[in-house]
Amino acid sequence: MTLTLGHFLTLGAMLFAVAVVGIFLNRKNLIVLLMAVELMLLAVNMNFVAFSHYLGDMHGQVFVFFILTVAAAESAIGLAILVLLFRNKSNINVDELQTLKG
Amino acid sequence: MDVKTGFFYVFSLVLLFAAFRVITARNPVHAVLYLMLSFSQASAIWLLLKAEFLAITLVLVYLGAVMVLFLFVVMMLDIKIDSLKQSFWKHFPLGATLGAIVVLEMSAVLLSGFKVSESPKALLVLGQAQELSNTKELGKLLYTQYVYPIQVAAVILLVAMIAAIALTLRERKDSKAIDASLQVRVKAADRLQVLSMEPTRAAPPPSTAPESVPASAAPEVKS
Repeated sequence: MTLTLGHFLTLGAMLFAVAVVGIFLNRKNLIVLLMAVELMLLAVNMNFVAFSHYLGDMHGQVFVFFILTVAAAESAIGLAILVLLFRNKSNINVDELQTLKG
Repeated sequence: MDVKTGFFYVFSLVLLFAAFRVITARNPVHAVLYLMLSFSQASAIWLLLKAEFLAITLVLVYLGAVMVLFLFVVMMLDIKIDSLKQSFWKHFPLGATLGAIVVLEMSAVLLSGFKVSESPKALLVLGQAQELSNTKELGKLLYTQYVYPIQVAAVILLVAMIAAIALTLRERKDSKAIDASLQVRVKAADRLQVLSMEPTRAAPPPSTAPESVPASAAPEVKS
């Protein structure tokens, strides 16, 4: 039994599903929400790398490189916003973020 | 079942377990540590896929920088866990059902539909490509065909850095530091105010007959 592309894609799908369930469970905790988003990006990157390997195309890995860049920028800004939020409200409960009355 | 398959299953199991612990851990610090574990396992799986450069980048950038940033923020904030965990299990049935549906459907499609093993054709392409190392090949692509996207990525990182600094920078309220540009820009009129006053002023009226002095005659002091 050798590894096929389906194995890696299934692993990516399971990782993505775990991250989605994490977003459902931790709807109040903003920092775990950020971590779940990171897990989702990891699952997507896993798919890209698997396709790139099995189809013999390097462009997929280049794309993963750019996704990593954007994910790093996103987490940096997200954590900065989180720190600012904690400074103003002294907790990170998502339910209390209703200033905009949306 | 060869060694590579065995390693794949070991890394995948640890990765999924760590991801599950990330979303269920009570303590956010534990969640970040489990996230580090899951990223390291993912990097090992990428090594199985012969993507060495990206695997090392994942370790350096994510485990070395981003996760430390997460850990730093989590430890800096004083998070009250109990209030955040109140309705934790309320949404669990819905979330678990959704996740199970996603996993079952995707695995049914993917495991049967993508039976691409390392076919001779793909290996041929890879074999031609792998005369150079993975890093060298990625670098050749990045610096020839993807020169402008790389510059855009650099600008994105710069914007992220400036935004993070601008968001979190604050001055102390009791700071006695002097703004040099304010000092340079100051005019004489801001510091010295010339008042025009009458040279002589009538003596204050005696208190015995206040009604004899009209109100308009009272000296006006311009402030």
